[in-house]
Amino acid sequence: MVAVAEQQVWQALEEIPDPEIPVVSLVELGVIRSVDVQDRHVRIEFTPTFLGCPALEVMKRAMEEKVAELGAEPEVEVVTDDSWSTDRITPAGREKLRSVGFAPPAPREASAPKLVQLQASVFRCPYCGSTETQLENIFGPTPCRSLRYCESCRQPFEQFKTI
Amino acid sequence: MNEQALLGLADDELVLGWRDSEWTGIAPLLEEDVAFSSIAQNEIGHARAVYELLVGTEGDADALAFDRRPEEYRCAPLVELRLLEWAHTIARRWLYEVADEIRITAFKDDSDRAVAGLAAKIDREEAYHRMHAEMWHERLREEPRFRAAVEELWPYALGVLPAELRAELVERVGLADAEPVERGTHTDELAPLWEEMTMVRRSAPAGAQW
Repeated sequence: MVAVAEQQVWQALEEIPDPEIPVVSLVELGVIRSVDVQDRHVRIEFTPTFLGCPALEVMKRAMEEKVAELGAEPEVEVVTDDSWSTDRITPAGREKLRSVGFAPPAPREASAPKLVQLQASVFRCPYCGSTETQLENIFGPTPCRSLRYCESCRQPFEQFKTI
Repeated sequence: MNEQALLGLADDELVLGWRDSEWTGIAPLLEEDVAFSSIAQNEIGHARAVYELLVGTEGDADALAFDRRPEEYRCAPLVELRLLEWAHTIARRWLYEVADEIRITAFKDDSDRAVAGLAAKIDREEAYHRMHAEMWHERLREEPRFRAAVEELWPYALGVLPAELRAELVERVGLADAEPVERGTHTDELAPLWEEMTMVRRSAPAGAQW
């Protein structure tokens, strides 16, 4: 066991891909709320995206392994409060989502998103950039996604839900 | 922390999650197959988070979720009903989401910060369940079969909430107050569901290995 610097921990965490959207890291997803280093002990506070996300345990284990690889003792606390929203995804993370055909979430407004907003054609297609897109399904293959269809390039695509 | 009310919330979400998942693979539309599966997954995730809050960091949430006898569950009878009929299923989803929003809003003001924080997190996700329920309600509200299902399930919906929150539900649903089917009583349909839900846990008491 050796003492580690906080910066080293953040760098190591940046290497962990999201298990279901591996193009973004956990740091880019904004789910790591804090890193606290006390000598050889590293405490990470982590906020799940969706509570029913099956990737939760995988993420937790990956963080513990990364910290252990640095020679430190990990403690990962899952914080199930209201502090994560899709607004925490970093600009770099949003760009990476778009690059793989995954529309990044719209900014969250003061109140919860409404169906009329989802049905409005302001959501941009990640393939051609058109805003002529339709809501196909509020739900998708994982809790964090909706399904949309682009009328312009006729491509279905996944939209990260705003929460 | 109001443990009984939280246990009621967790049991409702767990049992309704199981009931909603019964549509996986057989929903009338492929889009609804996806929707019901996703909603079920969220509900069970909410149940897990509330059980974890109740047992604390050293406790065993699975034991709380699955090691009780059926009569010890605190779920509302509404969520126990096996409703593999679309009008009834949508009527329950809509009634449940309206009631659940009233309950979650109250929990968001809880003096216990852990409870209020978790309720706010659950509320963010439930916004999408409400949209789904509203969308179907808009589509079916004038259909006699749907109206009949709502009226049939209405006394059960009242039983989701404690007495002090029911007036708001009456106002929002727009039906006359009725005799609620209270939490604490159970329908005959819970026992067979419990058999299925706890089967793995009971067959491998030392913990199942996958």
